[in-house]
Amino acid sequence: METLLRDRRALLVFIGQAVLVYSLIVLIPIVWSLIYTVFEGSVISGFQFVGFHNYVALFSDKTFWQALLFTLKYAVVVTVGQVGIGLLLALLYVFYLGKASGLIRTLVFFPVVLPTVAVAQLFSKIFEITPQYGLVNSLLHVAHLDAWIQPWLGQGGSAFWVIAIMDIWRSMGFYGVLLFAGLVDIPSDILEGARVDGASGLRLVRYIVLPLLTPILFSSFIFSINGTLKVFDSVLALTNGGPGQATTPLTLYMYTTAFSNGQYGYGSTVATSLAILSLFVTLLVFRSARRDVA
Amino acid sequence: MSQVLTGQVDKTGASVHQLRERRGSPMRNLLSRTPVWILIGLLLVVEIYPLLWLLLSSFKTNDEFSQGTFWAIPSGLDWQNYAQAWTSGMGTYFLNSILTVFPALLLILVISLAASFALEVMKWRGSNLVLLAFLAGVMIPLQMVLLPLFTIYFQTQLINTRWALIITYTAFGLPLSVFLMAGFFKSVPRGVIEAAVLDGASIYQIFTRVALPMVANGLVTIALVQFFFLWNDLLFSLTFISSDELRTIQTGLLNFSGQYGQVQWGPTFAAISLAVFPTLIIYLILNQQVIKGLTAGSVKG
Repeated sequence: METLLRDRRALLVFIGQAVLVYSLIVLIPIVWSLIYTVFEGSVISGFQFVGFHNYVALFSDKTFWQALLFTLKYAVVVTVGQVGIGLLLALLYVFYLGKASGLIRTLVFFPVVLPTVAVAQLFSKIFEITPQYGLVNSLLHVAHLDAWIQPWLGQGGSAFWVIAIMDIWRSMGFYGVLLFAGLVDIPSDILEGARVDGASGLRLVRYIVLPLLTPILFSSFIFSINGTLKVFDSVLALTNGGPGQATTPLTLYMYTTAFSNGQYGYGSTVATSLAILSLFVTLLVFRSARRDVA
Repeated sequence: MSQVLTGQVDKTGASVHQLRERRGSPMRNLLSRTPVWILIGLLLVVEIYPLLWLLLSSFKTNDEFSQGTFWAIPSGLDWQNYAQAWTSGMGTYFLNSILTVFPALLLILVISLAASFALEVMKWRGSNLVLLAFLAGVMIPLQMVLLPLFTIYFQTQLINTRWALIITYTAFGLPLSVFLMAGFFKSVPRGVIEAAVLDGASIYQIFTRVALPMVANGLVTIALVQFFFLWNDLLFSLTFISSDELRTIQTGLLNFSGQYGQVQWGPTFAAISLAVFPTLIIYLILNQQVIKGLTAGSVKG
């Protein structure tokens, strides 16, 4: 029995490919990328050792700070939007729709599975101004609010909000279902008891539901912030970082530095700083959550 | 105390529902519900209308775009847009997506199935460490591996081939798949495995005849989750593929609208629809499984 389940050769047969593929394609490249950060050059032009120059250069690189700021702003807005609206949806499902919520949940979840580029194309058409007005500008025109008609994606400020709205639209149903699963796990006699004691509406949510929902809210936040810090697809497809650099997150900045400018070392340094940032933010969320519980 | 309470969990939340309905007259109830129904209506409009608009627009002719209002219903079903979108690239992109995603899916399933069997059923030192290493990969931004992978594929001349995508997809599909699959193996009763060992089955027979049938449902879930991830990949396809005839659906669409987007809206909308509706159909058929799989991945991953 024991010897059979400890068979070394069988073990190798079962897990060998996984370890091999994963090491070659994921683990080794991660280390390799760290090594790149002390070099400059590209696979075509050759490499040169530069020590910590890339890291020093980050500090005086205005575009980098701008990208970092965009990334943080986007991550905060979209995470709060996704999880916040997700929570409202979950409360709606449980307290107002009850058993009938299945269909609504299915419909609201649907954008999650759509290809990002397709969704981005759709949104860029909705917010279009030339050659024809898109949906939003047409509606404004019909409502005689012509003063509000503008190139939504052509200005850094409004483009940010279009990207944020699109990503919240895409994934709010996902967080709705996630938090819904947490809500239905709350024992109904706890809620019943609280109601008997006179808690209702917002107070019931604030003092009974939210504290009991904390663990799943917390993992939603971690998951959301980790996803939004790495935003790439939506931005690339919607604005390609423009106008200018106004909507360029760290991921896209890394991509253009590495592949358009051929600076592998600097690109890797930007990627590394993003990895450190997500690790740091995750730890921060963890710590603040622990303080809440204590 | 808390154990007693959780023992009585009402999974449907139905009693909460009943409790609320006991209060107040039916009329008051109806009135108090109206704002909620408006809210739900608004929610559905916000979620569904853009897609409906997309579908309607894909049937419009160029004249209808320049003259008609934006939300007007097309005068007829103009399949011309679809024909044009399909022949000017989307057909090829579709085929490429199928030819890269499905081989990768197969590899992911086989490799992660075997690996999680080794991790969960077999007994060896270091299994926790390996599982942890798989999980660590989920946290790292994909941008960290792009340049080394580009270099590797460049040197081995795999760059700009379907193999580059298949290999990358497989490797990045493993962490979540191994993790979910290990969870499925965990629920296989140890007694069943032990009985098979006592009956003289070899480890390979235990794998194929005992463990595999018991996690078959899990395979479907993982295949679905990974299908959506891979089908919707943009970054890898963008990085490793440069020639147009090898582009997958997402990069293809990006390229397509770059070429036609400004001038020819009809074919562009048709192309977007072509990219959207296969995932829509799969989702509509298997929605409960898809929802369960995708959300399970996030909580555990």
